[in-house]
Amino acid sequence: MKHFADLFRKLDRTTKTNAKVEALADYFRIAPPDDKLWTIALLSHRRPRRTVNSRLFRSWAAELSGVDLWLLEESYHVVGDLAETLALVLPPPTERSDHSLSYWMGYIQGLANYDDEGKREAVMAAWRGLDTTERFLFNKLITGGFRIGVSQKLMTRALSKATDIEENKLAHRLMGNWTPDDTTFEDLVINASEGDDDSRPYPFYLAYQLEQELVELGEPIDWQAEHKWDGIRGQLIVRGGEVFVWSRGEELVTDKYPEYHPLADLLPDGTVIDGEILPFAEGRPLGFNVLQTRIGRKKVSKKLLQDAPVILMAYDLLEWNGEDIRPRPLAERRTLLEQLVDQVDTDGVLQLSPVVDYTDWNELAAERETAREKNSEGLMLKRKDSAYRQGRKKGDWWKWKVDPLTIDAVMIYAQRGHGRRANLYTDFTFGVWDGDQLVPFTKAYSGLTDKEFNRITAWVRRNTVERFGPVRSVKPQHVFEIGFEGIRKSTRHKSGVALRFPRMLRWREDKPVEEANTKEDLLQLLEQYGGG
Amino acid sequence: MALLEFTDRGIYCSRADVYIDPWRPVKRALITHGHADHSRWGNEAYLCTTSAAPVIRHRLGEVNIQTVNYGSTTTINGVKFSFHPAGHIIGSAQIRVEYGGEIWVASGDYKTEDDGISEAFAPVRCHHFITESTFGLPVYRWRPQEEIMGEINDWWRENQSAGKTSILTTYALGKAQRLLRGLDTSIGTIYTHGAVENTNEVIRRQGIDLPDTVRVTREIDKKAYPGNLVLTTPGSIGQPWIKKFTGAVVGSASGWMTLRGARRRRGADRGFVLSDHADWSGLLAAIEATGAENVYVTHGYTAIFSKYLRSLGLNAVELETEYEGEDVAEEDKLAEKEAES
Repeated sequence: MKHFADLFRKLDRTTKTNAKVEALADYFRIAPPDDKLWTIALLSHRRPRRTVNSRLFRSWAAELSGVDLWLLEESYHVVGDLAETLALVLPPPTERSDHSLSYWMGYIQGLANYDDEGKREAVMAAWRGLDTTERFLFNKLITGGFRIGVSQKLMTRALSKATDIEENKLAHRLMGNWTPDDTTFEDLVINASEGDDDSRPYPFYLAYQLEQELVELGEPIDWQAEHKWDGIRGQLIVRGGEVFVWSRGEELVTDKYPEYHPLADLLPDGTVIDGEILPFAEGRPLGFNVLQTRIGRKKVSKKLLQDAPVILMAYDLLEWNGEDIRPRPLAERRTLLEQLVDQVDTDGVLQLSPVVDYTDWNELAAERETAREKNSEGLMLKRKDSAYRQGRKKGDWWKWKVDPLTIDAVMIYAQRGHGRRANLYTDFTFGVWDGDQLVPFTKAYSGLTDKEFNRITAWVRRNTVERFGPVRSVKPQHVFEIGFEGIRKSTRHKSGVALRFPRMLRWREDKPVEEANTKEDLLQLLEQYGGG
Repeated sequence: MALLEFTDRGIYCSRADVYIDPWRPVKRALITHGHADHSRWGNEAYLCTTSAAPVIRHRLGEVNIQTVNYGSTTTINGVKFSFHPAGHIIGSAQIRVEYGGEIWVASGDYKTEDDGISEAFAPVRCHHFITESTFGLPVYRWRPQEEIMGEINDWWRENQSAGKTSILTTYALGKAQRLLRGLDTSIGTIYTHGAVENTNEVIRRQGIDLPDTVRVTREIDKKAYPGNLVLTTPGSIGQPWIKKFTGAVVGSASGWMTLRGARRRRGADRGFVLSDHADWSGLLAAIEATGAENVYVTHGYTAIFSKYLRSLGLNAVELETEYEGEDVAEEDKLAEKEAES
């Protein structure tokens, strides 16, 4: 683990992107191939399955360190990272072991074959031989998402530096369904050609929120506008007589959506479509909450298919007759897409995302106002001559979402955050007035600046009313404007409503608590917008 | 009536009519040390150690301060008060209060490691002990000062060989001087922010040796900084002041640097775990050494720490005070200042 721990220390000791890329590139130049492969896997969210139960893992750390379990849990709430907490409380190592990253990954995967007692011994043996940083990494590899401040994009850039292979090519090679167990560094990175795996998707092209005025975009005629449908962005691939569906999170979800399976025969080989996995019935999209019932499910029952049917709302054509047509202008790709969708009868499973008909920007703005009733999130604007690029880029594509719904609410509970917000109070619960009572209706974690979080943290410390474990109830004194994308009825929440993407838009220091919104106001929003 | 009580003005001894580190103006205040959350403005009379007085005078201006040496007793209406080293910063004290055979100690802020510049912490036997808990969790365990200073000097050398300026952030009173003592002056010049240098001047005037430093001024050529070190406060990061040090690397020395999250939040490239407060084992050792059965836990992780002390069989209670632990207080003050401007 020494190389990898050194790499981590270097990454952790700088806030500068270039220094991080340089450190990673150095690592990719000298590390053994298996370690490089694992590093790529870990930094592209390909962590192997969890082999140790978190509760047991904590209890073993408590046992080895002699720290009571309750105290360990309290410490975790403060530190905000379990792997880090355990690494900090464990006693110094009693021996030193020096193995490669791939050795440790094998070790961790191998734990799956042991019973709890065997796991306990193996984990303790590992802890005894690792220093604090190595333990932190070991714990991280066992416990959770391996986020160490390096994005997949940054990793790809470093790999490109170390291998002299173009970044875009690498990004494409690293996509798809591989794990370190079924490939090698040579095969994946060096020898690969992009077309040797039928299931391999193209990197998604993502858009930023529009920042400028519409008129600054130039002529309306140069832009194509569509609704931004509220489902899951997906890529549908038909190659070699098979269909593959990828979500934007690079997850292969073909099995979850049997609706798409007939497309294997209906669409010609060598077809890749970018679109939205969208719940849809009786000629209109259903709300995102309908799709949510399917996201976590592996088994798809008949009832579920009936209650939450999905279609693919097609946005773009990336591969046509086996040819990568991403560099061609959008207008041309759109024409080909329209022809393709026209040709086949998919019983409505594959539909074209309609292009908004408009001649001036005002008409487009008016169309955006209809988004909420059409169950869309707003509009997408794409330059007609744009290529299909990789990753999030400015300029050619913009998303233009509808303004969020808002409500002014009172902060009533606070809890500490995680990661870089550890030890700061950042996770709040908000209430609205019901008579002279405040009823909790949502939590929100984001939207304030670091300075505001510092201030509110100091305030929370001084204005705690009661403690419930890590949660503090606070004096009802501060009003926040909460923004959200949607509202629906919920039996799981005490207030009877659930919000989509709630966040703090503003700290309303100008507003006395008495003037915060009421439950009545909330129910009115539900009535108005909670239909879908 | 207890010998010491906890009131909304601070820790109060009604028999002698004095307060210890009050946070609202009172007639007579006994002060443990010069940090802003412990020695506040507006009291009619102050009593502190001889070595704490210069800084307090510097901060509060012309106030009525009496001084006392460590270990000597002042009797007020039959109550005996004495000051004992707390090891936190120069002049910092634990205040021992005795009446009718009952002994209380209010320890202010303290650390148990001898840093070589503050008067070293000395445990005082008592029945009732008032303790801080700034770092009262088992995740906080300090390594010896020499090791950390070694890391800091290595870091400075590395930056120097890369042609970069090392910016080290810390608290102007206490840790800045501790760091100055530990920095290897053979590496290069140490520049200081005005807030740090003003405090240095006070400390030097009271006869304490500090290595030579150069105050950062507009007249200094920007090209002079690379390879050298700038000692400054956390608050100066992100201010226009810092822009003159192009291509600089930022390090931060604080107990909070234990946690990755805190380090990233500060925007420091490098964190050095160095604190003027006791760590987990320091707190526990200090409490044990007092022999006290009654422990009052002030600022820090009060709820968790007092719960732990109770599990050890002590009568421990948490107290609401307005002490913050220097680091937290610093962040708050900054935030407040920014809010005002």
